[in-house]
Amino acid sequence: MNIASLAPLAVVLPILGAALTFLLIRHSRAQRAVSIGLLSLTLALECLLLASAWNSGTAAVTIGGWLPPWGIVMVVDQFSSLMLVVSSAVSLAVLVYATGQGMADGDEDAPVSIFHPTYLILVAGVSNAFLSGDLFNLYVGFEILLTASYVLMTLGGTGPRIRAGVTYVVVSVVSSVLFLIAIAMVYGATGTVNMADLALKLGDLDQGTRTLLHVMLLVAFGIKAAVFPLSFWLPDSYPTAPAPVTAVFAGLLTKVGVYAMVRTETLLFPGDTLNTPLMVVALLTMVVGILGALAQSDIKRLLSFTLVSHIGYMVFGLAMSSVAGLAAAVFYVAHHITIQTSLFLVTGLIERRGGSSSVDRLGGLAKLSPLLAMLFFIPGMNLAGIPPFSGFLGKVGLLQAGIELGTPLAYALVIGGVLTSLLTLLAIARVWNRAFWRKPEDAEHPDPVLLAGPSGRAAGPGAKLNTVTLLPRTMVGSTLGLVVLGVALTVFAGPLFGLSDQAARDMLDRAPYIQSVLGSNTAVPATVTGGGR
Amino acid sequence: MSVNLTLLIVMGALYACGIYLILERSLTRVLLGLMLLANATNLLILSTGGYAGLAPFFTKDTPAGDYNDPLPQALILTSIVISFAVTAFMLGIIYRTWVLARQDDIQDDVEDLRVAETPSFDAEDDAEIPAETSEFPLATVTAGGREMPAEQAAAEEQPGSPTIESGPEGGKK
Repeated sequence: MNIASLAPLAVVLPILGAALTFLLIRHSRAQRAVSIGLLSLTLALECLLLASAWNSGTAAVTIGGWLPPWGIVMVVDQFSSLMLVVSSAVSLAVLVYATGQGMADGDEDAPVSIFHPTYLILVAGVSNAFLSGDLFNLYVGFEILLTASYVLMTLGGTGPRIRAGVTYVVVSVVSSVLFLIAIAMVYGATGTVNMADLALKLGDLDQGTRTLLHVMLLVAFGIKAAVFPLSFWLPDSYPTAPAPVTAVFAGLLTKVGVYAMVRTETLLFPGDTLNTPLMVVALLTMVVGILGALAQSDIKRLLSFTLVSHIGYMVFGLAMSSVAGLAAAVFYVAHHITIQTSLFLVTGLIERRGGSSSVDRLGGLAKLSPLLAMLFFIPGMNLAGIPPFSGFLGKVGLLQAGIELGTPLAYALVIGGVLTSLLTLLAIARVWNRAFWRKPEDAEHPDPVLLAGPSGRAAGPGAKLNTVTLLPRTMVGSTLGLVVLGVALTVFAGPLFGLSDQAARDMLDRAPYIQSVLGSNTAVPATVTGGGR
Repeated sequence: MSVNLTLLIVMGALYACGIYLILERSLTRVLLGLMLLANATNLLILSTGGYAGLAPFFTKDTPAGDYNDPLPQALILTSIVISFAVTAFMLGIIYRTWVLARQDDIQDDVEDLRVAETPSFDAEDDAEIPAETSEFPLATVTAGGREMPAEQAAAEEQPGSPTIESGPEGGKK
């Protein structure tokens, strides 16, 4: 028995945790212990899976003894296990943050006790989507995480959250219907929904049918990943949710869409003709997204727009379908999950300390809380791609792959990528200048909390306690943990790039994936991919 | 593979009505539209299974081709359960919208409208003489009781300059 056969536990453990925390709904302390404990256990397990994928290559687990292509399989390869580890690490940090927030605000018996079970279901859905080797099981994974996200998005049921939730639910349901239609058509055309089997059978279809299925799947995943013409819903709905919820959505949910797009492009439709449209879409996503960010004055909305914009980088890497491009995209996904989540968590802290997340009301935070300033500055510069951070390394990898490809469109994307990076720096610098550097009195509508100055001097000896409730240690600690993880991605960028490179090679080769599912003597047809291989 | 024409026509009608309804602003109609779309998709999955055959219980004498394809029906069952859950949740949201706002319409994003109405002129960024907002104003600096222009002040703030006055954070006093 090898380690990879434990893969289903990555889904089962969080679901078990959800059931337990649901039973413990009246005992918030036990609930916190169970959810954090089980999520840590899941993370440890996923580290083992990553090590096993790294050492002994791709492995498939058949569920319930039904052999592929009939039964459901879970596939552990380097890409999926890397995604699992990063996503679990991030969701654990967010869970600790949320627990700290809940304890500080004393919502012991509020309806928010539904948070823990729902959150664990969300994690289970994400893991299921990453591990699934079956198109319909992927759909089920998506639905699990989406249904959990509907509940988290509208937590508490306040007016703005319900308004944002409606848009989010309707758009997500429409994208799910599109995905289901695509699955039905794929099944009608090939008679299978097993992805390895599909990889062999889709090649036999005629070009028109193939393109139709390909476009349907890409549109369905594109809505989830918030790729440009389909991204309008994201900045509208994310900012109103509670800070930890927005953070985990920003980190994970769009990346699950990107993950599905990567699998579609590399496994199901390799070397197909849609690379050019994908590149155009990537360019538009980058540029339009970041221009939207520049117009915002609310930090959460600004970050939502940068999130959309940086999805473009990943699509760019994917659309090149070369080893270098795909490796850089894999690295970029891991980097972006960590950084974007930590920025949203810091924004939650800014909102607590400064009373608002709008830069029109903030000022003087650098003097008020130097730690907060540092926590914002490091991931901010990382996002903008300032050397030596991982954002810079990921972008350099993408740009090098683009230049290697050498087509005019690739050069346009390289220029667009550099421009987007500069504009991200501008957007982050504007937040920095306004919220952190200027005097609180200079804000357009200064918040009274900030004008009161450091609470220690303003309100006498009792005020030190006040600062502690404003910035609880668990919240700052978990944010710090994520920022450190982001820096660790920079320090260990060498091995990580090696891993991404190997993952990209295996994905473009397709043979490891298909043979691990269907048996090692399956003949895999050679694929014709674009340039740069 | 032969298909059932009635099913296809019903499916097309359901899709058409569903798409029409989700384009409305009334939430209840949007919900009805989503339900129609989900059911139309279920019919589509059903039609991918081909002609109706025998129930797929294995008996030794039946040739394999006579059975119905069980997989699409399993898929439909899953998708029915999922759309049931989502419909229930949507009904909850619609009721909550009604309780909060006494209306059944999709509401606009206030912040989005505010940003859209913001003029392109920004008082701080685009002013002819930029308003100084930093903690260390450069326009005029009061040093040692006299005012001096910014260039001169900047020159005096060179490291090692004897006239430099340090702030409360440290340095020599």
